[in-house]
Amino acid sequence: MSDDAGFLTSRLDEAIGWARKYSIFQYPFVTACCGMEYMATACSHYDIDRFGAGLPRFSPRQADVLFVVGTISQKMAPVLKRIYDQMAEPKWVVSFGVCTCTGGFYDNYATLMGIDTIIPVDVYIPGCPPRPEYVLDGLLKLQAKIQAQHESGQRPAPEPRPELEPEPWMPPR
Amino acid sequence: MDAAALIQALTERFPNAVRSSHAYRGDATIVVSREALLDLARALKDDAAFQMNFLMDLTAVDFSTFGKKPSPAFFASSGVAVRPSAELPDEHPWPGPPEVPNAAAALGAPPVPARFVVVYHFFSLPLKHRLRVEVPLEEADAELDSVTALWAGANWLEREVWDMFGIRFRGHPNLKRILMYDQFVGHPLRKDYPVNRRQPLIKTNGDVSSH
Repeated sequence: MSDDAGFLTSRLDEAIGWARKYSIFQYPFVTACCGMEYMATACSHYDIDRFGAGLPRFSPRQADVLFVVGTISQKMAPVLKRIYDQMAEPKWVVSFGVCTCTGGFYDNYATLMGIDTIIPVDVYIPGCPPRPEYVLDGLLKLQAKIQAQHESGQRPAPEPRPELEPEPWMPPR
Repeated sequence: MDAAALIQALTERFPNAVRSSHAYRGDATIVVSREALLDLARALKDDAAFQMNFLMDLTAVDFSTFGKKPSPAFFASSGVAVRPSAELPDEHPWPGPPEVPNAAAALGAPPVPARFVVVYHFFSLPLKHRLRVEVPLEEADAELDSVTALWAGANWLEREVWDMFGIRFRGHPNLKRILMYDQFVGHPLRKDYPVNRRQPLIKTNGDVSSH
């Protein structure tokens, strides 16, 4: 918040941030076993709707937060990137489960080593899978981030990752 | 038929096709030359004595590094000495990986170890018996006949074996990759595919802050 911002403007910004963080429309990009834990979080026992994130939208054009839940393979990576590109601003990304954070225990030909190699990530929720309490904690952190971003008026750039260049290799035949 | 009877019936009926057999852990297993595979498979499916109407699984094994590297002990880095437990005795011991006949077999050359072994698991729903058929293959000529004409379910299984191991199936109606993408080079479950080799479809790096 800059100093020359008027009282009304700053109050308005705060109100918009408050409204945004409690009306999260999420897009669940569920690919693997973490989806069960996501469902547990979303259903009545843990009730993600208490935090205003109870309505998943199954179109990226209607969603604010992309929940990437489960292992992303190299084959799926272009699809995920496209879904992200189709979402309208403002948008945020939650990396749900350790596979989406770093690739997890997969270290092979098939798996993307973390979705932050292709799209920016706002909140990382590691765990294999993370417990619902952990997910709700991550959601609260995302809400704090949304509020702070709106008040500061700009979104911090994600930290760049070093380039991952595979070594040259030729097939055996 | 139990395992011993099944092996005996098949060995008597196909004396040239069945190269060896065993019943390790009670599972009837025959090793078959690839030239005789289709005839034997047809008999397995259609003969009233076998009636193997269910192809449960079709997969392959890459034996190229088998027995060459000592398997690492679990928790070796922790300093706790862990040895693999001694194998439980079985009345039919495993004879080892199958072999393929040497091209110079007529000169008395010994058979060479097979690089690939294609494994079929059959089950007979009416007669409730099982059979494993192994077809050893050489690396330079990894090709054998497709059984899709007999078991339609072999279609995708053979495509998977082609995708993962690069073993071709003659007569397959649509032999293309099933799991990996078309741009993928090589066959990832071969033991000589580097474990760290990545073939990303889109650029993966740190420059993602342009949103």
